[in-house]
Amino acid sequence: MKQLLKRHETYVLAIIIIFSLIITSINPNFLTLENMFDLLKSNAFIGILAIGVLFVLISGGIDISFAATATIAEYLTVIVCLKIGGSMIFAFLMAIFIGILLGAINGYLIDRFSIPPIITTIATMNLYYGLLIVFSKGKWLYTLPPYFRSFADIRVLTLYTKDGLPYGISIITVIWFALMVLASLLLIYTRLGRSIYAIGGDVISAQRVGIRVRFMRIFVYAFMGAMAAIAGIVQALLVQTVAPNSIVGKELNVIAAVVLGGASLAGGVGTVFGMFLGVMLLAIVQNGMTLMKIPAVWYDVFVGLVIIISVGFSSWKAKKSKVTSLIDVQEQSPQEKLSVQGGIS
Amino acid sequence: MKLPRIKKNETTVLLVIMVLVALIMIVMNSGMFLTYNNLKGMAFQLPELGILTLGMMVVMITGGINLSIIATANMAGISAALILKAMEGSPTMGILTAMLVCLLVSGSIGLFNGFLVAYVGITPILATLGTMTLFNGVAIVVTEGYVISGFSPAVLFIGNGSVWGIPFPLLIFIGCAIAMSVLLRKTRTGFSMYMIGSNSMATKFSGIHNNAVLMRTYLVSGLCSGVAALVMISRFNSAKSGYGNSYLLVTILAAVLGGVSSDGGFGRVSGVVVSLVTLQLLSSGFNLLRVSSFLTTAIWGFVMITVMIINNIIDTKVKRV
Repeated sequence: MKQLLKRHETYVLAIIIIFSLIITSINPNFLTLENMFDLLKSNAFIGILAIGVLFVLISGGIDISFAATATIAEYLTVIVCLKIGGSMIFAFLMAIFIGILLGAINGYLIDRFSIPPIITTIATMNLYYGLLIVFSKGKWLYTLPPYFRSFADIRVLTLYTKDGLPYGISIITVIWFALMVLASLLLIYTRLGRSIYAIGGDVISAQRVGIRVRFMRIFVYAFMGAMAAIAGIVQALLVQTVAPNSIVGKELNVIAAVVLGGASLAGGVGTVFGMFLGVMLLAIVQNGMTLMKIPAVWYDVFVGLVIIISVGFSSWKAKKSKVTSLIDVQEQSPQEKLSVQGGIS
Repeated sequence: MKLPRIKKNETTVLLVIMVLVALIMIVMNSGMFLTYNNLKGMAFQLPELGILTLGMMVVMITGGINLSIIATANMAGISAALILKAMEGSPTMGILTAMLVCLLVSGSIGLFNGFLVAYVGITPILATLGTMTLFNGVAIVVTEGYVISGFSPAVLFIGNGSVWGIPFPLLIFIGCAIAMSVLLRKTRTGFSMYMIGSNSMATKFSGIHNNAVLMRTYLVSGLCSGVAALVMISRFNSAKSGYGNSYLLVTILAAVLGGVSSDGGFGRVSGVVVSLVTLQLLSSGFNLLRVSSFLTTAIWGFVMITVMIINNIIDTKVKRV
């Protein structure tokens, strides 16, 4: 119990439950399976981006360019698919390839020329996005290959509302969850994942114990690129149009969601479960406002307050306990212990 | 010995690039570039971004970042616009009150940022991300997403007038740049800002009140946004939430290009001015060539990476020597 209280995830979960109770008491439609499935589907896009952001933050970096990467991967893939036919698997593979390439460029620049990640990725964001708009002329794509539509409609579980309308768990949600499980396993159980925590904790120590820092950095940003690309395709599946300018500008929201879930911008800290809660927290705020009939103009105000209060709370706590933190290491939960070991071993 | 040398080199690199860009633009635009109209256009466009960049720079020197500068500017601009609209009967009083409120609002938001960073202990990037979202939201709620427009000629003069042929906004920018330069180089507070950026632990133990300095830093940054807001509402003849959002990341880019270190501790106003002029030369030059503004954005990113790579190569060479 004591260990649970120490975990950031516990607090986020508590906030989510309180919000859910408030929303449900005003509009019982919130806590229906239909609404939950819908939330898990419509937030898959942000959620998949968040997985990549989580990896980058754990490694001690930051990426601003992923929205541009996602758009480029989405746009190019759809154009190629329209030209040659292709299939859903081909679309995903091609997008991932583009994503990895663009991400790896970020990682290489950051490591080889030791440019701060935030600067590198702002620069590459401008570069990627600028080129995309120039070459696409800002044109929207309204007709997607037919399999984009049929794939998006796949449900692994179908239920019916009282009016006989079908709903259920979408394939998109399944993709998101599969990626989260995969990312979680990678982070906790593989050498690769532990190395990401290690370079985020302390690069120099990591280097000394023989972790190939350059490879790790390139891997992390390439992974971010791959997630961005998958998210791009998912976005195309969700909205069934491709707009070159629809994603760019949402970078900071995604980063905020991941940080709300307990990842630290200083690196070395963060879990997939926390990230999921962070994404859901913002999703529930937005969804709840709609259900409580609060005008949409208030959305940013609420999100801003949620960010300031919850991040402020944990920062305040961290500031207070800075002195005792060294002593606390031994009492940490197994998961955190692992991350500490990852940093030292 | 080592550090001043590297810094010198960085400014030199930037100056060389600026001259190169200027030459390329002059050649490519044969005769159209060095006209009075084009130069004047550049002088009108530069100040908005310039003043905002100064606000970004001062925070970056302390090792922080301020993502809320645009939100602050819009919030301040909207407050000023509302006052101007409400006091249309008495123009002089209206303008004075509006200016005062504009600076008051932006200053308060700055202090709020400072409070979050210094006393609550939130990482600057998150604190200002939060306030950015919050005040963007407040601005939308206040205006309900509509535009507030139509000001008196006296207001329009701030952004569009000229004094002895020199655009008034440029004068404001020069004033801000000089004030910022004096603050950073001649005052105790300015010196402390650099020191905090280099090593905040050391400043703490040398008797500098870190928190007070940080409060002042974010206050100054907020005030820069306030001044930029006055120029912006005057140039657009309107105020709205979301104006100039695309400037946010460009100010970081301009500051870093001008030699401001994102880890804090380094950066001079002169470097930032050179980088702003370079970016403006690029965008005006390409505009004359009828190149898409998005290609200009891409080229900004490219120039940025190139400069950082060159700096890194010089850096490693100096270290080896």
